[in-house]
Amino acid sequence: MVLEFHDEGIYCPAGRFYIDPWKPVERALVTHGHADHSYPGHRHYLTSEAAAPVIRHRLGDIDLDSIPFGRTRDINGVTVSFHPAGHVPGSAQIRVEHGGEVWVVSGDYKTTSDGLSEPFEPVPCHAFITECTFGLPVFDWRPEEELAAQINEWWQANRHAGRMSAIGAYSLGKAQRVLTMIDPSIAPILTHGAVENTNQVMRAQGLRLPETIRVTPEVTAKTHPGALVIAPPSALAGNWTRRFGTLSTAFASGWMALRGVRRRRAADRGFVVSDHADWKGLNAAIAETGATRIFATHGYTTVFRQWLESQGYDAQIVQTEFGDDLIDEDDAEETAA
Amino acid sequence: MKRFSRLFITLDQTTKTSAKTVALAEYFRDAPDADRLWTIALLSGRRPKRTVNAARLSEWAAEVAGLPMWLFQSSYDVVGDLAETIHLVLPEPERTSDRSLSDWIADIRALSTQDEADRKAAVLDAWTRLGGTERFVFNKLITGGFRVGVSRKLMTRALAQATGIAEPELAHRLMGNWTPETTSYAALITAPDPDADLSRPYPFCLAHGVEGDPAVLGPPDDWLAEWKWDGIRGQLILRGGQHHLWSRGEELMTDRFPEFARVRDFLPDGTVIDGEVLAWDAASGQPMRFAALQTRIGRKTVPKKVLADAPAILRAYDLLEHDGTDIRARPFAERRARLEDVLRDLPPEAPVQPSPLIPFDGWDALGDIRATARDHAAEGLMLKRADSPYHVGRKRGDWWKWKLDPLSIDAVMVYAQAGHGRRANLYTDFTFAVWKGPDLVPFTKAYSGLTDEEFRKITHWVRRNTLERFGPVRRVPPHHVFEIGFEGIQKSTRHKSGVALRFPRMLRWRHDKTVDQANTHDDLLEMLDLYG
Ligand SMILES: [Zn+2]
Ligand SMILES: [Zn+2]
Repeated sequence: MVLEFHDEGIYCPAGRFYIDPWKPVERALVTHGHADHSYPGHRHYLTSEAAAPVIRHRLGDIDLDSIPFGRTRDINGVTVSFHPAGHVPGSAQIRVEHGGEVWVVSGDYKTTSDGLSEPFEPVPCHAFITECTFGLPVFDWRPEEELAAQINEWWQANRHAGRMSAIGAYSLGKAQRVLTMIDPSIAPILTHGAVENTNQVMRAQGLRLPETIRVTPEVTAKTHPGALVIAPPSALAGNWTRRFGTLSTAFASGWMALRGVRRRRAADRGFVVSDHADWKGLNAAIAETGATRIFATHGYTTVFRQWLESQGYDAQIVQTEFGDDLIDEDDAEETAA
Repeated sequence: MKRFSRLFITLDQTTKTSAKTVALAEYFRDAPDADRLWTIALLSGRRPKRTVNAARLSEWAAEVAGLPMWLFQSSYDVVGDLAETIHLVLPEPERTSDRSLSDWIADIRALSTQDEADRKAAVLDAWTRLGGTERFVFNKLITGGFRVGVSRKLMTRALAQATGIAEPELAHRLMGNWTPETTSYAALITAPDPDADLSRPYPFCLAHGVEGDPAVLGPPDDWLAEWKWDGIRGQLILRGGQHHLWSRGEELMTDRFPEFARVRDFLPDGTVIDGEVLAWDAASGQPMRFAALQTRIGRKTVPKKVLADAPAILRAYDLLEHDGTDIRARPFAERRARLEDVLRDLPPEAPVQPSPLIPFDGWDALGDIRATARDHAAEGLMLKRADSPYHVGRKRGDWWKWKLDPLSIDAVMVYAQAGHGRRANLYTDFTFAVWKGPDLVPFTKAYSGLTDEEFRKITHWVRRNTLERFGPVRRVPPHHVFEIGFEGIQKSTRHKSGVALRFPRMLRWRHDKTVDQANTHDDLLEMLDLYG
């Protein structure tokens, strides 16, 4: 096997490295900066060039090497390369080739373009280790423009009613995607510190984001009437928003597709905006790899594996510790620095 | 159905009561009469009957969506709602429709007389014509499960705002046996005939729970106390030579409890009594366990044996109508005296008996009496202010329930299962065990009582500590101790542990306890002895 599944994470015995390991190891290849994929404590990190700044920002002083998308690197006779996963800016799939056999670890991915992340690139392979966070046919995302229109309409209506709006979105990825969806001409855009810190890292990388104002004690509903606040979901749940008076709240997450989850989160609105592939996206991506062996992880693995088998794949489930997202997309946020 | 669907979206997506009331009042002002009437019906639990069975609907939806049945079923397990699952897997429709809520409901009702092929054609056609939330609402109506987060009280308030009719009056008009087929908006709301429905019950007066010390309620002399029985709250109505028995959930139970037919021999017309239906053990002069009453619930006709084994009586709390006059505004002490008058000369075998008032001397003394509630087969006490009217619904201040603390036991979590619907992405359904020698014996499941934050934490742990999977169920190592609360315990041959609990729930997560400090099976059996 080119890759094996160990207690520490996905392991390449020939290359003696791990991919997205959750326990400290000598050499880690990391797909992207979310807390359930990029853990602290490894000796050497290798990431895509585009993901490196955010991972450094989150993990601090680490020994990190990076290579551009598509460039190959030899590690102990194994050829590795990083390819865009379309999940968040910089996120990668990792291709591993040894003895003529190619394996790809998807990390988290989505197949539709959000105009900010490098678009997902299908990588032909023999074996594909795929996430399946939303691996059920009930998950069927709407086009980006339609979602953007929903958010802008809601914001506009709140502004007319003299209310501020607040949207809960992951500080890495989702928040910046929302920033590119909204219409900055409606009113000012305010950001929570965790979101703004990530914005700064991404702007320094050359990503184009609209102008935002960091929330400080002086920023209130009076100084910025009708503004839209973007904050990690955990901040919306706490006292942090109190300074803005009555405001309309929303969450942006794939889970908002389910009425039950939407109601539990008890926000005024739930926008179905996901950084993961929906059912059709997963199936299309898997077909495009040409792989015959599929390993499902991170999500509705039991059902998804059975489905893949019925479609003629040799499909297995692998246990990983990715996927705090399954608990709630904001959970990883709380553990992130 | 566009107008109704817009209303539904507003009601469903906001948690603010004020926004819901505004949206509903606006709808009640603008919608056509037939739609208003159906909306009132739907929001007061008068849903159209299910006209297509769930299995057929699932098959048709899976077929249209091109999914194998097992995959549809697995999706349904996660979503937890058939109407929503169907809505989510179907492709977006190409057409739209301008038909109203009542038009669609008429179609849905007509399905019941059609043969299967016609039904299928009609449903599939509807699915191609109803976009977005309209299709979800249609599915909810057709599966007979339409619900939205609007209380009866909120709906009544919005209707009062839209019509200018006082809220308590409206609440009363909305009670009883009507359906949109048997009445009209005018006959029900704007110009009702008081004699049109002699079976119509009064809205029940409900109580909040006492928090902490009842001494805050003021001088004990202002209050009357009685036992809080563990039965079915009921309203017995005698009018027009007929009797009717209503449950608090506004279900007509008259046929289920034939023993009440005899009250017409004892009580005059124009009498309405509020009380508790109980299975009664005449020998001991006490109610039977709730399990006995359970043999009577859900049966339309009652076999002789069941009737003999669990005879029902009404323990009367209150008199609402006397000699045909609504006396709900009179003070409770007066209503209570009149009740005793009305019931005074009844023979002991009559199925209605006054629920005794409990004399007491100060709050402390009453606390001691409350502690003996289980000996009386009661759940605790009811406290009612002597000068209080019979309110509509749950109003703070005049009526309080002062229940016993639940029974409880510390148990070890051994299995976890993901929830569905609201909690589709969390592990929320747990199986608990107690020690029997070196072994853990599972004895109950529980799925409520923790905060969302605690459910998130335990979910995190379950995902990382799964020993085995059985479909959706995961076996986990014995590590976490929870205090399980329950209202009753009874012997059970169906359970390996030999006991079954009533209303089990998690009272708290005992982080302070290790698994070896959990209770034992012997402790359970002792509780069965004491309280079973
Ligand atoms: Zn991620
Ligand atoms: Zn992830």
